[in-house]
Amino acid sequence: MARIIVVTSGKGGVGKTTTSAAIAMGLAKKGHKTAVIDFDVGLRNLDLIMGCERRVVYDFVNVINGEATLNQALIKDKNCSMLYILPASQTRDKDALSQEGVGKVLDELKKDFKYIVCDSPAGIEKGAHLAMYFADDAFIVTNPEVSSVRDSDRMLGILSSKSRRAEQNEEPIKEYLLLSRYSPDRVRLGEMLSVDDVQEILSLHLLGVIPESKSVLNASNSGIPVILDEKSDAGQAYADIVGRYLGEDKPHRFIDEKKGLFGKLFGGK
Amino acid sequence: MSTDSQQHTHHSAALEFKSSTFSVPVLVLASNDRVIIEQQLQEKVQRAPEFFKNSPLVLDLQELNKRESDINVSELVHLIRKLELLPIGLRGGTAEQNQQALELGIPVHSGHNVTAASETQKQPQAKIDVAPEPQVFATATTLITLPVRSGQRIYAEGDLVILAQVSAGAEILAEGNIHVYGSLRGRALAGVLGNTAARIFCSDLQAELISIAGNYKVSEDLNGTVLNQPVQIYLQNHALVIKDI
Repeated sequence: MARIIVVTSGKGGVGKTTTSAAIAMGLAKKGHKTAVIDFDVGLRNLDLIMGCERRVVYDFVNVINGEATLNQALIKDKNCSMLYILPASQTRDKDALSQEGVGKVLDELKKDFKYIVCDSPAGIEKGAHLAMYFADDAFIVTNPEVSSVRDSDRMLGILSSKSRRAEQNEEPIKEYLLLSRYSPDRVRLGEMLSVDDVQEILSLHLLGVIPESKSVLNASNSGIPVILDEKSDAGQAYADIVGRYLGEDKPHRFIDEKKGLFGKLFGGK
Repeated sequence: MSTDSQQHTHHSAALEFKSSTFSVPVLVLASNDRVIIEQQLQEKVQRAPEFFKNSPLVLDLQELNKRESDINVSELVHLIRKLELLPIGLRGGTAEQNQQALELGIPVHSGHNVTAASETQKQPQAKIDVAPEPQVFATATTLITLPVRSGQRIYAEGDLVILAQVSAGAEILAEGNIHVYGSLRGRALAGVLGNTAARIFCSDLQAELISIAGNYKVSEDLNGTVLNQPVQIYLQNHALVIKDI
C-alpha cells in the first residue's frame, strides 16, 4: 500500500522543504519508488532544493486542471531514478488547488508509487490544509523555540480533527516529531528549548533531531538534497530518520555534545 | 458528547444536544391589576411594535409574590398573547402558579424562587404536589483520551475528564467539573452555565486561565506555589480557591 506522508509545521522557515527533499531522496535511495509534491503554490521552492528548476514544464495545478497528464508533469530526479518531483505552480495561488483535484492526483500517484511526500506550505490555510488532508503519516518539523512549538501543536490539532482520516473515523494519522536546527551548545546556554522540553510540550514520538548545520544551506544552494551529503551531520541525521521511519533501530544522535561522538562524526571531514 | 466540530466523534448521530444561552426579555410584574398591566404593556409595545411582535417573554412573579398579591396565570398569559407576545417561561411563581403555567405548556424556571421556598417552610408538608426541582446540570461525562492541542476547543455538557495534556492555546469548557490527568496549559472553564459548585481538578497546573461559573484567574494571577502542582480549584464566597490535592 502506498503511504502519503505530509511534512508540515504551521510555522514557516523551520525546514519543511529541506526535510521533504531529504526524506523523499532517502526513501527513494532505499529502493522505494517515491514522489514528492510541492503544495506551496505561488511560492514554489522544492524544485530549487531538488535542483530541477530548469526542467519544469508542467506543474501540479496544470495536472489538477487537466491541462497536462501526471506523467508529463512529473520530473525524474537526476540523482535517483526512483524519485519523482511534482512542482508547484509559481504563477497561481492556493485557490487553484481543490480538494477533489488533489484527491484525484494522489489516487493516481498511489497506483504507481510506494511513498508520496507532500511538502506543505506554512500556515494553516488552504494549501496546508490540502497538503495534510489525505495524509497517512505526518512529519511535524519543529525548531526548538516556543513559537514554532506552539504552531506545531496547533497543526497537530488540525491533523487530528480536520484530516480525511479524522472525518471518516479511520485510524488517526501517525504523527512523528522532527526537531530541526538543533544546537546542543545553545541548549546548554539556555538559548534554546531542549529535546525534553519540546517533547514534554508536544508529547509526540521523536523520529529524529537534525542539528543546525552549514551543510543544509550549502545543499540548498547547490540544489542537492542534504541527505546526499553523507559526510555532513544533517545528512546523517536525515538518513537516520528515514531508517527509523522504515522500522530500523537507530539510536538518537546529535542531542548531546559528546566530544567522542563529535570527533567520530567529523573525523572524515 | 461534546459539541465542537474539532471533536473526535465516533459515529455520525442524527441529532445532538447543544446548549446555548439566549437573551430573552423578562416581564417583571409589580401589580396584579390586569387592567393596569394591559394598559401599560400596550403602551410599551406600541413604542416599538416591530421589536415586540411575537417576541418571546419570561414572566417574573417574584416581586408580586413577595407582596403576597396573587394573580391568575392563565388569565395573564391570555392577556399577553393578545398583545402578540409569546410567553415561554415563568419564574418566581408559587406552586399553584407553576402548576397553572405547566398546564398551559409554559416551562417553569427555577432559580430565584425565594417565595416558594419560604412558603414551603411556612407550611411544612402542606403541599406534597410540589414537583421536585428538575436537576439543572447534566450529569453525563465526556472522556477525552488524546491530547487537546492548541486551537482545539472542547465543550462538555456534564463533567469533562481528560486523560492527556491540554496544550497552551486550547480551551476546555464544561457545564460540570473538569478533570485533567495531564498538564493543564490551556484555558479551563468549569460550570460555564453558572454552576458555582463545579470544580477543576488537574495533576499539573500551568493554565493560561481558569474559571468557575464566570469567576476567573489568568496565569499571571496564579501564585507560584500552586504552579506545576496537582491542585483542585473551587469557588468560595465568589472567589477562586486553589488548593493542593
